[in-house]
Amino acid sequence: MSGDHHGSSAISERVRHVEALLEARGLVDEGEIDRRIDEFLAGGSPANGARITARAWVDPGFRDRLLADANAAIREVGLSMAGGLQEQRLKVVANTEDEHNVVVCTLCSCYPIALLGPSPAWYKSEAYRSRVVRDPRGVLEEFGLELPAATRISVWDASAESRYLVVSRRPEGTDGMSEEELAGLVTRKGLIGTAAV
Amino acid sequence: MPDRFAPGDAVRTSTADPTWHTRLPRYARGAVGRVVELAGHHPLADDRARGLPGTTQAVYHVRFAAADLFGDGDHAVTVELWEDYLEPADPSGGTP
Repeated sequence: MSGDHHGSSAISERVRHVEALLEARGLVDEGEIDRRIDEFLAGGSPANGARITARAWVDPGFRDRLLADANAAIREVGLSMAGGLQEQRLKVVANTEDEHNVVVCTLCSCYPIALLGPSPAWYKSEAYRSRVVRDPRGVLEEFGLELPAATRISVWDASAESRYLVVSRRPEGTDGMSEEELAGLVTRKGLIGTAAV
Repeated sequence: MPDRFAPGDAVRTSTADPTWHTRLPRYARGAVGRVVELAGHHPLADDRARGLPGTTQAVYHVRFAAADLFGDGDHAVTVELWEDYLEPADPSGGTP
């Protein structure tokens, strides 16, 4: 298991060294790696995941299509998982009264950047990655999310090629809100499953 | 080659501890779970990480009861696993 992705100057030095070698050998142009990373991150934002969630709340047909084939369904709201080198499979899971879902990548930090923006530091931390599979209820409580004892918790480990997104439960008292207003309620933590919405 | 498993099948994960990169997390080794659904077909990560061509094979979402992974806990953990990591298992856990 790799260590914390942040604050490791040894890793940063190695990355810079490899980058310099790739440039020296003409395998990549100067600055190309940074440009590619910028391209990959461009447009990636939790606002995208929030739009998907809001549409799922107001349109049960969309919700069904989303849960059955997320890659096809998100095109209906103008989004795609094809921004990287290859289209990645998206698996969307929806919270219900009986079941709460939470996402982790125990092996590294896999995560749908296009829909959630760059991942938060805690998502990449060894503490979150190792503990949430073992004691999700305790970890969620530390995030301030206390679930009823009867609510089952499902942890999804992004250990291979799929990326995950959690559709939270629509909050009560939001009947009169527009789809756009509803999207404004959804947070990045909600999309990962470490917050209720 | 047809997919070896289908949703609902009980499967047991490998206990092997390879010296190379693998996507079968250690906490999910030697455990019995149930196939949720097929997650596509991809070259085996273990091969690709070693610079081998990588046989393309089925990848499944496999759901485990926390108690079967850790000895306790009432939650479930779903892991995404290549076919190579899996063998058929008796759902009651009766296979040796």
